[in-house]
Amino acid sequence: MAIRWGSYKVKGLHDELLRATGKPREYSEILCNYLKNLSEREIGEFKAAAESAIQTMGITFRVYNEEEGSIDRTWPFDIIPRLIDKKEWDEVERGLKQRVKALNMFIDDLYNDQNIIKDGVFPASLLKKSKNFLHECKGFSPKNGVWAHICGTDLVRDNDGQIYVLEDNLRVPSGVSYMLENRHVMKRVFPEMFAEYSILPVDDYPSQLYDMLAELSPRNIEEPEIVVLSPGIYNSAYFEHAYLAQQMGAELVIGTDLVVKDDDCVYMRTVSGLARVDVIYRRIDDWFIDPEVFNPDSVLGIKGIIRAWKAGNVALANAPGSGVADDKVVYAYVPEIIKYYLKEEAILPNVPTYKCNNKKEREYVLENIENMVVKPANESGGYGMLIGPHATTSEHEKFRKLIQDDPRNYVAQPMLTLSTAPTLIDKKVEPRHLDLRPFILSGKDIQVTTGGLTRVALVKGSMVVNSSQGGGSKDTWIVDMEG
Amino acid sequence: MSMLSRVANNLYWMARYLERVENTARLVNVNGHLLLDLPTRVKLGWEPIVDILSFRNLFYEMYDEADEKSVIKFMIAEETNPGSILSSLKYARENARTIKEIIPQEAWEQINKLFLHVTENKSEAFHRRSRYGFLNQIIQLNQSITGLLAGTMTHDDAYAFVRIGRNLERADMSTRIIDVRSASLLPEVSEDSYAFANIQWMSVLKSMSAYQMYRREVKVRVNREDVLEFLMLDSRFPRSLLHTLEQIEYSTAQLPNNKPVIDKTRQIRNYLLNAHPSKLTQQKLHEFIDDTQIGINEINDQLNAVYF
Repeated sequence: MAIRWGSYKVKGLHDELLRATGKPREYSEILCNYLKNLSEREIGEFKAAAESAIQTMGITFRVYNEEEGSIDRTWPFDIIPRLIDKKEWDEVERGLKQRVKALNMFIDDLYNDQNIIKDGVFPASLLKKSKNFLHECKGFSPKNGVWAHICGTDLVRDNDGQIYVLEDNLRVPSGVSYMLENRHVMKRVFPEMFAEYSILPVDDYPSQLYDMLAELSPRNIEEPEIVVLSPGIYNSAYFEHAYLAQQMGAELVIGTDLVVKDDDCVYMRTVSGLARVDVIYRRIDDWFIDPEVFNPDSVLGIKGIIRAWKAGNVALANAPGSGVADDKVVYAYVPEIIKYYLKEEAILPNVPTYKCNNKKEREYVLENIENMVVKPANESGGYGMLIGPHATTSEHEKFRKLIQDDPRNYVAQPMLTLSTAPTLIDKKVEPRHLDLRPFILSGKDIQVTTGGLTRVALVKGSMVVNSSQGGGSKDTWIVDMEG
Repeated sequence: MSMLSRVANNLYWMARYLERVENTARLVNVNGHLLLDLPTRVKLGWEPIVDILSFRNLFYEMYDEADEKSVIKFMIAEETNPGSILSSLKYARENARTIKEIIPQEAWEQINKLFLHVTENKSEAFHRRSRYGFLNQIIQLNQSITGLLAGTMTHDDAYAFVRIGRNLERADMSTRIIDVRSASLLPEVSEDSYAFANIQWMSVLKSMSAYQMYRREVKVRVNREDVLEFLMLDSRFPRSLLHTLEQIEYSTAQLPNNKPVIDKTRQIRNYLLNAHPSKLTQQKLHEFIDDTQIGINEINDQLNAVYF
């Protein structure tokens, strides 16, 4: 017996599978007992089986590395799943739907009447400074008033067991293909557990995504032409772009495959000539999507695509300009945003967030920077952050100055201790910190993935879960203990 | 749903580069064997390889002499030579990478494996002892890719572009080999060169993997006329010029808007059928091959104009 829960240390942590006493939680008991009875050889075999499945399935992501340039890496995957009780998940799901609904109303309001500003709930000065507010989108409203059709919201659980929203990704969130592939791998590795547990399936996502995109088609035809627009093979998420296109039966295109003609319609170049495109699931950032409107040097985008979109001849998902609601300063206002549009209290709490544009809160941050996490408003992927407790004095000083120079660009949060789950490290289990990214689809209705992508920091003690910085992933099981 | 032009173009070039790799490997291998059979006073050497692939100028910019070592390096491992096996393979792989979701997974893995085989073992090409095995492995891996595509890929438009690319490249290479080899074979009628003409025609056949099939078809001793007839006009032999042109026409027939490409291909085929190339003098044969090469390029141009 290789795994001994008795020597698994969870003191001072919230572990997803084990209680502080070292005993399994109610919903993880079957799994923990099963794992306990595995021999070291079996564990090695399962790990190898998972690795070989990942290799054969070609699950990769790209990283940029100064020495080697851009290289394909296989996806680091841990075979011990992360479990969530369906009872808890139902509540989380309600919270996510509420949040994304309010955020879409907020974006639509900002580009049109701006009532939330007129009513004094959201400061005009913040909007003025937002890099992601696109003036080109003013006065426009996409179908059903939905801007962020696909949202990836990062959730974390703190020491006290409470789940918090860490951030919303409303531009081009990635990771869903890994969620789907992780499940395929797990079915090969632990088929027994799927018989023991009632684990909710995840593989509905591609068809839900397809249906949601098809709904957006400006032409009322039976089979609208849907394409996935990728920046190309050198993008870190190219695997996912190709995967989703394949799963939906949609065409995978790059910028040069598309052209906007004089009729303001978008066409793709095919061997039988030009073919009209109705819906574009774009995985290119706003800034690069149309050299006519935004970055004139962009070679990834399509000239005139914003024109075609505003003329109502093509649907873009997510709509350009959605990013206005996912910067980290707007994040701090989400509870008020929910209250303003839905007249409801937020079901999922934010991590307490200090807005540096507010004098009092800024002073608190400057004084306590050693204990806080400081985040720039518009970065993603964990770049440009300061993790106070792990940083040097000179880094603290550097960030104090950065905040004072541009207070609107920074928010700060107390340092959370992310929850852990048992993770296989050299045939032994050790606790590793993790988060969860569910994906929310918004069309006529709102749908949430069952669970999401669990990202785990494989480095001991680290809380950085990004795959570009040493993170891996786990399969996420929503288990129905009553079913 | 109609196929993207970019994807069609990538499939076409992936197939062309792979075919080029195989043909070049075979050409180098056969030349090595031929030189072992010929006495040193018959000065054939390695220069014809550079000529066959039309890289004379580039070659002499980089090397002083067309000796074995230089030509081998240039044709196999030289990264600055766009026609080297290494470069062709790099292009084939890049093309394949962008269409990973179109070709079968195993085919992509094999292409990757072939690329790794060449990059990791290219030093084997510099030693006569290991060269044959190294090049043979390239040929075999490439043939397994061809087989994988034929056996596991739906024979749809995508596959049609693979076949068109492969056959066009094959037609191009066959005409090059015939042109250069027959030129170096004919003029000298001295006793010496006559004695070795037989071996050299055999090597032309072997360069196109045609020796065994030729032997089954043609019973008489290897000679210029029969070899030319076989390599150009035997429509049942898959590397003959006529066969490749017919394949291009057949594959194009299933594509949309195919008239310009089919017309062009038929025109060259008719030209071939009426020219009786095996009866031509060396000068006339050379002119005929020049025209055919231009025709092959024109098919490429038509494909570009219509599909890519």
